[in-house]
Amino acid sequence: MTRKTDTQITWKTFSEGLWANNPVFVMLLGMCPTLAVTNSAINALAMGLATTFVLLASGLLVSLLARYIPKQVRIATYIVIIATFVTMIDYIIQAISLDLYNALGAFIQLIVVNCIILGRAEAYASKHRPAKAVLNALGMGAGFTLALLCLGLVREILGSGSVFGVDLFGPAFQPWVIMTLPPGGFLVLGAWLLLFDWFRLRRQQKETVTGGQSDVA
Amino acid sequence: MSKPTIELRATPHIHAPHDVVKIMRNVVFASLPMAAWSIWSYGLSALLLMLAVVASCLLTERLFNRHNNTLGDWSTSITGILLFLTLPPGFPAWMGMLAGFIAIGMGKVMFGGLGMNVFNPALIGRAFVQAAFPVAITTWIPAFFEGRFTRLIPSTLTPPFTIPPETAAWSQQVAVDAFTGATPLAVQKFDHVAAPALHLLTGTTAGSLGEGSALIILACGLYLALRRILDWRIPLAVMAGTWPSAELFHWIDPGVYPDGLFMLLSGGLMPGAWFMATDMVGSPVTPRGVVIYGLLIGIVTVVIRLFGGLTEGVMYAILLGNAATPPDR
Repeated sequence: MTRKTDTQITWKTFSEGLWANNPVFVMLLGMCPTLAVTNSAINALAMGLATTFVLLASGLLVSLLARYIPKQVRIATYIVIIATFVTMIDYIIQAISLDLYNALGAFIQLIVVNCIILGRAEAYASKHRPAKAVLNALGMGAGFTLALLCLGLVREILGSGSVFGVDLFGPAFQPWVIMTLPPGGFLVLGAWLLLFDWFRLRRQQKETVTGGQSDVA
Repeated sequence: MSKPTIELRATPHIHAPHDVVKIMRNVVFASLPMAAWSIWSYGLSALLLMLAVVASCLLTERLFNRHNNTLGDWSTSITGILLFLTLPPGFPAWMGMLAGFIAIGMGKVMFGGLGMNVFNPALIGRAFVQAAFPVAITTWIPAFFEGRFTRLIPSTLTPPFTIPPETAAWSQQVAVDAFTGATPLAVQKFDHVAAPALHLLTGTTAGSLGEGSALIILACGLYLALRRILDWRIPLAVMAGTWPSAELFHWIDPGVYPDGLFMLLSGGLMPGAWFMATDMVGSPVTPRGVVIYGLLIGIVTVVIRLFGGLTEGVMYAILLGNAATPPDR
């Protein structure tokens, strides 16, 4: 394993996961939990925080152990490390709230195979120092949690008329049943992607229009 | 559009007799008798719902195509009218407008506009509201109810985003003798009583707005087939898929499964076969492909109707047929 020499910690180390390389909206990783458990905001938040914890802890450990892990078995080793922390968070959620645990179902255990975590371990944590790895994992986790919340809020507001279980519109509200069902996940994800792509295109257009001037300035 | 006096371009020089605008205009004309019949059967509410759905479709198309005027080709209007014909009579107008928005926005514009849509846009809109509002879309009103031209069905003008009021008691109060709000398919499925074919032909049974009279639908469809605007093989193949498979089950257990004629005339099969499955973009072009496509729709419809949780399956069958059609043309 070759370690990069740059040890500078910049704002980008953290913010990469929030916007430029947001795991859900830009990299389109971890679609399984993104679509499956975002039918309410609380589920989305819990899943986001659990994933953040696993990202953080596994990132730290992988970064610390990277030089001792033989290259041939590194993926298996990462999975063992990740699985350890997933088991921990699995029990922690059970202890905090059994309702939440039942709502999230198998998707807590499935964090093990979430591409974001393995991808970060392989592409970032194993090549950077612990401090950077932790900060980057924190950013990625925050980006993932935010994205899940974006989906969960829309789906809960339209699908149940509430936010974090708090009723918003009273009993007359007609829930859009489709939003709490699997198709709702795909629809809302597609709508968010459309929105972000639209913003990006607009910014690109603005940059090409004012490109020459900004170079001078 | 003025035609140039001399055409300067590469071969072939043969003119097709139809263009998009002419075809779409004809489909609109052909669907108007069905719309008129639905308004005759369900009165002001149907008229209001039609205006709401078509307006929503046109507005959505305008919203997403601000720079080039695409409203003039009639294709959006036809989506609106067809979507309206698939909805139940007492469907709240705001849900109809949402369906129109989804039909055009997600069924058509998202794929690249007219000619690029993989699925029939009207059915996309209906599939969305079917999944979103399962109660409202299965609430039926008896046809020819009392005072249909002077008052609205109570659920039509439900304020946006609210639950439509219960209409069961109201329906019973205004229903003319022997007209019930239960659809023939539901009665058949749960009570195993098939409605007589004559009632289905003349449209005295309850159902979606466009499912009323099989005779009128047949006449409108034949008009389009004679003008060569729809491929006559498609509706024939759909019926050829439906009738034998229904007869097969009827032969196995006549007490539970209805006969083929009932299957053909009830529910949305007629409008589906003539107006939805024949959507030029979503259906195949080769003669053999058309036959397979039609048979698939017919058989899937029977399977969903007899063994699915829903009473009607034409919509999903056609969407599946659309999905099975290769888009590269």
